[in-house]
Amino acid sequence: MTTVRMRPIMTRVAAKTGEPAQETAVDYAIEARSLRAYYGENLALKDVTLPMRRNYVTAIIGPSGCGKSTLVRCLNRMHELVPGARIEGKVLFGGADINAAGVDPVELRSRIGMVFQKPNPFPKSIYANVAFGLKINGHKGNMAEAVERSLRQAALWDEVKDRLNSPALSLSGGQQQRLCIARAIAIEPEVVLMDEPCSALDPIATMAIEDLIRRLKERYSIVIVTHNMQQAARVSDETAFLMVDQDRAGYLVEFDATERIFTNPSHEQTEAYITGRFS
Amino acid sequence: MPRVDFDRDLMALQDELLLMGSMVEKAIAKAMDALKRRDLEAAREVVRDDDLIDQKQFDIEDHCINTMATQHPVAIDLRHIVTVLHISVELERMADYAEGIGKISIMMGDEPPLKPLIDIPRMADKTADMLRRSLDALVNRDVEAAHRVCGDDDEVDALYDQVYRELLTYMIEDAKNIRRATYLLWVAHDLERVADRATNIAERVIYMVTGKMAEVGASTY
Repeated sequence: MTTVRMRPIMTRVAAKTGEPAQETAVDYAIEARSLRAYYGENLALKDVTLPMRRNYVTAIIGPSGCGKSTLVRCLNRMHELVPGARIEGKVLFGGADINAAGVDPVELRSRIGMVFQKPNPFPKSIYANVAFGLKINGHKGNMAEAVERSLRQAALWDEVKDRLNSPALSLSGGQQQRLCIARAIAIEPEVVLMDEPCSALDPIATMAIEDLIRRLKERYSIVIVTHNMQQAARVSDETAFLMVDQDRAGYLVEFDATERIFTNPSHEQTEAYITGRFS
Repeated sequence: MPRVDFDRDLMALQDELLLMGSMVEKAIAKAMDALKRRDLEAAREVVRDDDLIDQKQFDIEDHCINTMATQHPVAIDLRHIVTVLHISVELERMADYAEGIGKISIMMGDEPPLKPLIDIPRMADKTADMLRRSLDALVNRDVEAAHRVCGDDDEVDALYDQVYRELLTYMIEDAKNIRRATYLLWVAHDLERVADRATNIAERVIYMVTGKMAEVGASTY
């Protein structure tokens, strides 16, 4: 079913880039290939090749400054919004290079959504927050139904259905974050990037979001950056471990099934990091 | 950045396990000694002291559960704790076999053994050696040594086979021997099972070090 959902965007991006749409196996929602990210002259991310599978939760873990957030921001071209920032290598989405000439980054970001560390609802009503993305994307169907569907998928509907016109900022932190997830998925993206989505939340709200992530992967492919290794272990199918070298450039140490990373990792560096003996 | 307290906790857990191992080793030696010397009081002590070993197993299990709940171990730390937990169960069962030998001594009462004990004490020495070396392999994280322990199980199986055949001839020779032959057969069987448990410990050590779970060789019995 997801393959069917993916085809239009693969074709659209491929048509613009002139690249064959089947370059990537359909198993991968998004792929970084020999990706290097720079801030000015500073190399922040070194030769990362990371295939992220469709309908999987892929976790990215690593110490501060290893380029986790930079990596996810490269996946929907948010990295380029920083003045002087650039990349080398490729990010393939549906087999086509997202950085190729002719690809509209705004449209791309509607297909690869993002949820940030701190809940950032607009200072509008709950309803307006979810409807916002739909409106600017020219949604033609029944708006109320689409809002309800997104809120239900984000496991928030039952809590807000009687107060859709209340200000979004009146919600608790956990509810605000689920609202942001509802807003991100309202426009039916294929990939949802989450940059430490629970770091500002209490344990109960965190568990609610984790539960949601596990359910959302049935419809979306999810890439989550987290500092919380237990969270990576709990929610993800595959985990990438990034480290930072002497020149402060991040690089990929190990990428494997989450189960394996947390029971028997292949690299000493991974083991030192996840067991808390990293220095 | 080392995790000093956690590392100390893991070492304390391992030390508790080694202490339990030595309790089990002593129980087997004492049960065998009681059997050889027909010392019923010593045999009763082995049976009674099994409660101490049971309690030690509960303590270790409790310690493992607390550490897992509070420290969230992963990778080698998780494998270490799970291995300690597993080995404590193996040791507890080994102690039950020692208790079993003590009970057999008590059942035999003042009756002299059917025949001089030669191969059975050899089995006991070999199994005690396997137990010691399996725990050494744990301490030294030595996969090769663990494999050698597994290999030695064949020797114990061969000794058991020899004891079995010999006792069978006694039974065939005179039906009056059956009861006393059966007692000794039970002792030999208990020792054979101790060796199997030592092999299980060695397999757990291999898992702890390599992360790979596998049965190394199969016991004949």
